[in-house]
Amino acid sequence: MLRDLNDPEYYSALRAASEQPDEPAGSPDYGMGDPLLGLEPCFDEPAAGPVQHRLLKYLRQEIMPTTFCVGCGGGTVLNAFATAIDEMKIDPREMVCVTGIGCSSWIPSPYFLVDTLHTTHGRAVAFATGVKIMQPKMKVIIIAGDGDIAGIGGNHLIHAARRNIDLTVFLVNNFIYGMTGGQVSPTTPFGTKTTTSPHRNVEHPFKIADLVAAAGGNYVARWTTRHAFQLMESMQTAIATEGFSFVEIMSQCPVSYGKMTGMKDAVSILHYLEESSIHIDDTEGMTEEELDDKMVVGCLARRERSELGTELRRLNAERRDVLQAKLAAAEGEESA
Amino acid sequence: MATTAAESTFRERYLATLSGRENFIQGDEASAMGALFAGCNFFGGYPITPASEVAEVVARELPNVGGYYVQFEDELASISAVIGSVWGGARAMTATSGPGFSLMQEAIGYACMTETPCVIVNVQRSGPSTGQATMPAQGDVMQARWGTHGDHEIIALAPSTAQECFDLTIRCFNLAEQYRTPVIFLMDGEIGHVRERVVFPQPREIEIRERPRAREGEPVFGGQTVPPMLEFGNGGFVHVTGSTHLESGMRDVQTPEVHDRLVRRLVAKIADARDEIAMVDIDPDDGATVGVLAYGATARPARGAVLQARERGEHVAYCRPVTLWPCPVARIREACAGLRILIVPEMNLGQYAREIERFVECEVVPLSKIGGVPHASTEIVAAIDKALARC
Repeated sequence: MLRDLNDPEYYSALRAASEQPDEPAGSPDYGMGDPLLGLEPCFDEPAAGPVQHRLLKYLRQEIMPTTFCVGCGGGTVLNAFATAIDEMKIDPREMVCVTGIGCSSWIPSPYFLVDTLHTTHGRAVAFATGVKIMQPKMKVIIIAGDGDIAGIGGNHLIHAARRNIDLTVFLVNNFIYGMTGGQVSPTTPFGTKTTTSPHRNVEHPFKIADLVAAAGGNYVARWTTRHAFQLMESMQTAIATEGFSFVEIMSQCPVSYGKMTGMKDAVSILHYLEESSIHIDDTEGMTEEELDDKMVVGCLARRERSELGTELRRLNAERRDVLQAKLAAAEGEESA
Repeated sequence: MATTAAESTFRERYLATLSGRENFIQGDEASAMGALFAGCNFFGGYPITPASEVAEVVARELPNVGGYYVQFEDELASISAVIGSVWGGARAMTATSGPGFSLMQEAIGYACMTETPCVIVNVQRSGPSTGQATMPAQGDVMQARWGTHGDHEIIALAPSTAQECFDLTIRCFNLAEQYRTPVIFLMDGEIGHVRERVVFPQPREIEIRERPRAREGEPVFGGQTVPPMLEFGNGGFVHVTGSTHLESGMRDVQTPEVHDRLVRRLVAKIADARDEIAMVDIDPDDGATVGVLAYGATARPARGAVLQARERGEHVAYCRPVTLWPCPVARIREACAGLRILIVPEMNLGQYAREIERFVECEVVPLSKIGGVPHASTEIVAAIDKALARC
């Protein structure tokens, strides 16, 4: 049985937890002492001074704490992403994070200590294409939301997948426009009440990872914030993939999504994500109708198509060979 | 990405084979070649009449010099990728016309706010909306100035010949780098499609302005009027945002003083350089009481009309602003000294005439013509005669 925030017992337990003294004396003042954020640093060796969380080195600590609401799935994504790059031993100087507008864009921008390009609404993938072509050695990663990448920027997403440019897109799908206060999005489930579908959502949602898998891309997967470890591993696969890679992360927004749907705490939505998800390997023989209200998790597409930047550089090399031969012939004629 | 010495030598050798001889090409093609000679190595394209030829030539030539042409799904993407490529180290350009230029406005504001040097060619066609797609116009003069939201200054140049399409495209790149700002190259369908003699100089004769690069710890978004840049991949952990930001690049959207300081600097860095940026052709005529001011395609019949009137012994002054924005106020005032009437023929309903009216002492008479047919010099001669009769 789910506990919701209207349950007085649950509420008082939460309140008791939050009334604990905030920070032990002498703790670092980067504002991460809130136990509800789940980002409390470890204090293994208090005698030797505060020990930093092993992932803090990837963050711009001067602007902590993050702006995420309590229970936001953004924290899980941030954690999984930082863990992924930590385990892969990626030098942050060789990584660019490109984001658009919305809560999930704030996960890397400005919090991640890498080169960050915080762009206009919906265009992160297009901006990132320009960055990647000029900086082929850098890992170019986009973290953005459903409204940003599947809504206003949907066209750029499918075309980047078609081009197979070596970008990695992590789409944090919380089914809602969270930053603007909970308006219906292209991924809001049918029938759901939001601030701009106050009666019910009369539109059908995108299964955005399926759309990307159909458009192209060398790696397409879907996971949820309930599957933190699978998500982290999937992120590693995506980052390591040459060519376009995409992971849809079904996530929770207990504040803006929860206020109209009744799922006002992270736990209820995580439970919903768990209940609704089904691994791709378990879907054999299931009809589209049976899968309609399911989130199919796992790897949805794997390809070995050639990558755009590689093709562009190959083309340049071809042209150079042709022209060099022509130049040499012309110079030969002149000297003769 | 820095080009190696071998690459740049090859690029120069290739470009040298194109130099010196006379070409009979369109303004669009000349602008594309100007970009090539200016060191452009990234172009985000999207087809649109009458600008498609720019993309076609760039797509043909950029791979020859180690650059990249990508045709995007729309103009939103092409301008966005251009800005992204610049932060990846490119010198980048895109080309479009009215409808595409409208789509690009948000990103142009982003380029202003993030101080991203880039060149946007707008080969103007008749609008609003789809308008007369194949017909020239000068209806985007004010859109170039005020198209994106919020206070900002912009640089915009208008060519009158195909040769100028080549020369001024290079100047656009240099101005973009010098002031770290987007520059609009405001061509029109007439100049874009006019086919005439264009000569490319030797690559070594062309002045290429390199962008100043920030040293370690130097602020990338303030501290001086035009701060130095630090592109991605240099270990600078640069944070680029279209939100109001501090000199370090970090977002601060709550402090009024931060926004005030940032936006006033962005405006001042161009407005204060008005005289430096100004390029204006002035041909005064002693004792003239009537003058003609025109730019872009319209300057050609305007020039013809002035010369015809002078042949008849009339005194008529002539002024052609090449820099439209920031408005070259001092130079236009200089050109209008002693005049009683200034005729401003434009292929719009008086957009630039209204701007000039604000600061010149003489009467400004717009000679507007829309519908896609450029002014005939006889029409301008008639306006001159009418004005002379009133003086």
